[in-house]
Amino acid sequence: MAITSFIERIFSKDKSAKSVAKDRLKLVLMQDRASIPGHILEQMRKDILQVVSRYLEIDESALDLNLEKADGSVALTANIPIKRVLPETTASTPK
Amino acid sequence: MSETSRVIVVTSGKGGVGKTTTTANVGMALAGLGEKVALMDADIGLRNLDLALGLENRIVYDIVDVVEGRAKLRQALIRDKRNQNLALLPAAQTRDKSAVTPAQMKQVITDLKEEGFTFILIDCPAGIEQGFVNATAGANEAIVVTNPEMASVRDADRIIGLLEAQDLRDPMLIVNRLRVKMVKSMEMLGVEDVQEVLGSGVHLLGIVPDDESIITSANRGEPASLNLESLAGQAYRNIALRLKGEQVPFMDLEEKTGFMDKLRKIFSARK
Ligand SMILES: Nc1ncnc2c1ncn2[C@@H]1O[C@H](COP(=O)(O)OP(=O)(O)O)[C@@H](O)[C@H]1O
Ligand SMILES: [Mg+2]
Repeated sequence: MAITSFIERIFSKDKSAKSVAKDRLKLVLMQDRASIPGHILEQMRKDILQVVSRYLEIDESALDLNLEKADGSVALTANIPIKRVLPETTASTPK
Repeated sequence: MSETSRVIVVTSGKGGVGKTTTTANVGMALAGLGEKVALMDADIGLRNLDLALGLENRIVYDIVDVVEGRAKLRQALIRDKRNQNLALLPAAQTRDKSAVTPAQMKQVITDLKEEGFTFILIDCPAGIEQGFVNATAGANEAIVVTNPEMASVRDADRIIGLLEAQDLRDPMLIVNRLRVKMVKSMEMLGVEDVQEVLGSGVHLLGIVPDDESIITSANRGEPASLNLESLAGQAYRNIALRLKGEQVPFMDLEEKTGFMDKLRKIFSARK
């Protein structure tokens, strides 16, 4: 892969429209295929909140859950603003 | 009743990629090989298949008339005078998709089988809504038509997923409107690229070049597949033969990809 792109760079000043189209397509199809129905995402959001809030006090309204493309694959990312870390005694007992 | 009736929906998701053209031409080519072919226009409200076949002046009844009992199936079927093996069941032009239910589509197909057709090809409307559901309801197999172009391939991928949900697995693929020169000069997706991104679940059935003769023959109402001398005519005949199970090598339309592709193959083969 690395060799190929290296040679590609030597032989052509830009990637061909053909290969750009293929790369873009691959990525967009991955996102399309990984798309998760809205209600499932919402359920997942609640579940994640529940688990995380056993250990941390968080800003629930600011939780940001996303499917993102990263390096040719799709990643689930969660951005959870933390207010404070709960003391260990509270943390160990699930509510 | 024909035991071996094959019911194939021709679909794509995106509009304008060549579903109707493909249905007309593959149907005509199959009829030319001696199959008894019924072509069903499932694009209710936007009928087109009659034009592609040049049969628009012979329509008396349509599929909605059949479903609603105003006409017998036999009265609505239009036999092609150029080849008696070919018949068209036209869509209604003044109604919409909701005029027919999936159950009614299935019934019409059962009746077409009774008539002894060996191939029933269904021209699916664009989109993924009720028209798609209707057109796929009675099908056992699917042909996905795509152009070597991003939006079309993306929609094809989506349609493949929806077909699967309707139990139409491992669809056949036709890459339509290939421009060989542009593929060779690395300006356009090639057939291999399309296959690669769509994955191994789809089986390449044919490659049809972007060919002016398809446009002129559509204008004349004489499907290009009637002319076996033309590149397009050959492509459709090959598709018909493959549908019948024959091994026909793919025409040399796209195999000669660019230098970079060859290199890429060499290197990716040994990673
Ligand atoms: N291989 C081809 N080469 C050139 N023109 C084509 C080809 N396939 C289809 N067309 C043209 O593209 C247009 C759309 O085709 P059509 O079959 O009506 O698409 P769809 O049924 O998918 O909407 C028509 O004008 C048709 O003549
Ligand atoms: Mg059409």
